[in-house]
Amino acid sequence: MSQEVGTEEIGIVVEDDTMIIRAGGELDHHNAVELRTLVDRELIKGKIKNVIFDFTDTNFMDSSGIGTIIGRQKIMESIGGSVRVRNMNPNISRIFQISGLHKIIKVQE
Amino acid sequence: MYKNHMHLEFDSRSENERFARVTAAAFATQLNPIMEELSDIKTAVSEAVTNAIVHGYENHTGTVILEGEIVDRTIILTVKDYGVGIADVKKAMEPLFTTKPEEERAGMGFMFMEAFMDELKVESKPDEGTCVIMKKTIIER
Ligand SMILES: Nc1ncnc2c1ncn2[C@@H]1O[C@H](COP(=O)(O)OP(=O)(O)OP(=O)(O)O)[C@@H](O)[C@H]1O
Ligand SMILES: [Mg+2]
Repeated sequence: MSQEVGTEEIGIVVEDDTMIIRAGGELDHHNAVELRTLVDRELIKGKIKNVIFDFTDTNFMDSSGIGTIIGRQKIMESIGGSVRVRNMNPNISRIFQISGLHKIIKVQE
Repeated sequence: MYKNHMHLEFDSRSENERFARVTAAAFATQLNPIMEELSDIKTAVSEAVTNAIVHGYENHTGTVILEGEIVDRTIILTVKDYGVGIADVKKAMEPLFTTKPEEERAGMGFMFMEAFMDELKVESKPDEGTCVIMKKTIIER
């Protein structure tokens, strides 16, 4: 069964124990605050084991996005779950590499 | 010598992070940058403006100034706030250093500004504010 919550920009799909986060057009400080609230409201229920950040619609991300991914990674690590990322455009991929996050978070092909 | 200048003042609201980086990128287009260079400028400006909002004014309302200057093929972007300032700029610029880990800040803002621009200078005084000056030369293609 899948359940959808979110705003026009941010989309969150929960399927069994997997949450797919469509990060929206621009993941900056302004949008990250809202995304965290929506995501953590689901995570707190304790059923999610896998979190996937899907950047298909995302054309901008800065350190606030990196902080958001690290924050969810910490939560998931504490409950034995995982965080993955996918569909990053070249700009977002570059941010991801420079941040060093590629060493701790898997990129799903 | 080609010269151009722009000056923008806006409230320290998070809505303006996007406004500021898109404006800076639009100003830069007269140098015919490639997509990657535009993205570099957007990210660097976004980092500096976000810092002014979350650290400088600590989410209270203040005025952020974005200044753009073009001298020949070089764009100089300055982001200024009159917020709390930084006591130890050298320390603040170290990768992964943050004073707000509880807000999920990663301490990577200055790191990105440094990576994406050719030059980065930070001037700051406690209780007076912070001024971030960034330069990037766009080669003619
Ligand atoms: N405009 C500013 N006013 C006051 N303090 C600042 C300002 N800009 C940066 N700082 C200080 O410098 C530190 C490092 O800034 P930097 O942007 O590198 O990391 P961050 O903002 O903490 O995290 P991130 O940018 O990854 O979200 C900040 O934590 C803050 O203490
Ligand atoms: Mg920052």
